[in-house]
Amino acid sequence: MTATDYVRGKTAPEKPAIGRFSSVLKETTGFIVLALLLLIAAPLLLDIFRLGLAAKYLSLAFCAVGIVLVWGYGGILSLGQGVFFGMGSYMIAMFLKLEATQSASSAQALSEFFGSNLPDFMVWNSVEELPWWWEPFHHVWFTLPAIVLVPPVIAFVFAYLVFRRRVGGVYFAIVTLSLSAIMSIVIIGQQGVTGGVNGITDFRTFMGIDLNEDKVKVAMYLATAVLLLLCVFIGRFIALSRLGKILVAIRDREDRVRFSGYDTALFKAFVFAVAATFSSIGGALYSIQTGLASPSLVGIVPSIEMVIYAAVGGRLSVIGAVYGTFIVGAAKTFFSENFVEYWMYFIGGLFVVIVMFLPHGLAGLFDRAREVMRMRRSVATLNPATDKES
Amino acid sequence: MNIDMLAMQAFTGLSIFTILMLMALGLAIVFGLMGVINMAHGELMAMGAYCSYATALFFERFLPGLMDSYVFVGIVVAFVVTSLFGYLLERGLIRFLYQRPLDTLLATWGVSLILQQCYRQFINPREVEVPTVSWLQGAWQATEGISLPLSRIFIICLALVTAILVYLLLFKTRTGLRIRAVTQNRSMAGATGINTERVDALTFALGCGLAGIAGSSFTMLASTGPTTGQQYIVDTFIVVVFGGVESLLGTIASAFIIGQMQSWFEYFMSGSMARASILLLVIAVIYFRPNGLFTTKVRR
Repeated sequence: MTATDYVRGKTAPEKPAIGRFSSVLKETTGFIVLALLLLIAAPLLLDIFRLGLAAKYLSLAFCAVGIVLVWGYGGILSLGQGVFFGMGSYMIAMFLKLEATQSASSAQALSEFFGSNLPDFMVWNSVEELPWWWEPFHHVWFTLPAIVLVPPVIAFVFAYLVFRRRVGGVYFAIVTLSLSAIMSIVIIGQQGVTGGVNGITDFRTFMGIDLNEDKVKVAMYLATAVLLLLCVFIGRFIALSRLGKILVAIRDREDRVRFSGYDTALFKAFVFAVAATFSSIGGALYSIQTGLASPSLVGIVPSIEMVIYAAVGGRLSVIGAVYGTFIVGAAKTFFSENFVEYWMYFIGGLFVVIVMFLPHGLAGLFDRAREVMRMRRSVATLNPATDKES
Repeated sequence: MNIDMLAMQAFTGLSIFTILMLMALGLAIVFGLMGVINMAHGELMAMGAYCSYATALFFERFLPGLMDSYVFVGIVVAFVVTSLFGYLLERGLIRFLYQRPLDTLLATWGVSLILQQCYRQFINPREVEVPTVSWLQGAWQATEGISLPLSRIFIICLALVTAILVYLLLFKTRTGLRIRAVTQNRSMAGATGINTERVDALTFALGCGLAGIAGSSFTMLASTGPTTGQQYIVDTFIVVVFGGVESLLGTIASAFIIGQMQSWFEYFMSGSMARASILLLVIAVIYFRPNGLFTTKVRR
């Protein structure tokens, strides 16, 4: 459909097959470009160290994708994504730590020395016995499903109860913020069973595979990228489906949707649970690749920082969230390598500038640029037409 | 546990209560009356604390004879500086975001990060302490087993005076009348000739100034560092939400309850677990009373 059709008030004609194909192509271009960048360009262009960094950002991007769904579409600002990120991260770290204490030779020596087969920080804190909730994490068949299933169940139950009571908007933000605070306080406070401020660290193998080998690192990066693309795909599917439309409707006028007979709490809790799953998967991948599960990724500071990833990319753009995370993450690395003291100014300023001037982030800028281009083109096609008519 | 212990615990709770109240009053005005989430409230508190610190340094160097009275000057300086900053913040940033409370949250979080780094870079990356004035040192020996630190008693008095002043300002003056009018019905208030924009700025400045007073009094108990504000922001919000955002009396009552809980819980468990369980408890209360414990019933 050209611009002249618009002017003459024609309705859109039935699209021919080729047109339908091209419109599908147009909708998926962004996704395909992202896939090409992540799966082909990045592994070819980046050295192994930078690739490791990229993998780290990608793990955080899982949270940003979830935030776009929850915040951009659902209108629910969750400042507790760090909680779910932390759940995934700690679950996998517990598994890896148990594996490390049983297999690694240094751990073996340590256990012989102390006379117990416990993770090192438990020994240091004179914990005598493995807590019961650590036990299931001996098994990989428990750990991996738990990472995908436990956070969404918790998130869903919590969110459904809260939304049922119509706690929303600002209150929900504060409640989730306190959840992040609680989680980091508990982790730091219960040093003996959680590793405290230092977190859980010092593990090198996953199911006997050495995680420090270059080949494994590349493979892990690719696995992260594929999983992230899957999440982006699911996110886009939700956003573009009728479910996404209902979410937007809830965001804009919740009472009207409720009057139309929808259980709005159910929809909001569902999308919150989806975001929790994404965050948890991201957390697990983060811990495998950085060898660390730490309370510094759980508390209020990282949880709010995750929101800015989504905001930079554009709160309505699932794909933008990935770019946003990447840009902020790369900026963080750049600042910490060159002038650490300006990082806080940068990220602080970013919060202000994005909110004030770019509420739709980079995706908004991109759309506006495309709009301008299209306007120019349509003006060009419009002018000869008007000449003919007059 | 004997009677002295009981009294001491209650007093500790009372002391925590007054600090929470000082912090939460400002926030209750900004958040409760204006609906603005100011995540930089903690940093404004730190700003007040640094003002006290600067005043102390100034008196130490130039007016050592009057050192004993710097506390009062420090409080006034803290109030003036932070409310001025609050005024500028409102004019420069907040007023563009009144319709978008969640965005205000993010923007003020950005401001708080910037302020933190400023403190780190231009004041001191480590924590600073102010000298305790002579007449606040020591403790009041109420009975043989009970000794109450004078500085805490001073803060309790200060908090009471501040609360009373805020009450008088809001309910007994023309300015307070305007503030309440604007928060209750903006367009009607505007129609009666109140300059609502100016009232907004003043209200916000008042809230920020109260944060400054809280910070200034805080220096008597603990040292101040760049991240001091961030440590208290969640608790402060929780106090306001727990009390019910639209009532200042609710805020005071909730500060009292949370202060006492903190004091008693700490008796039975570690400080961090006490904090965590109080936060959980408050979330549970929010679940049962989404508008907080004390809400005035209003028809909307």
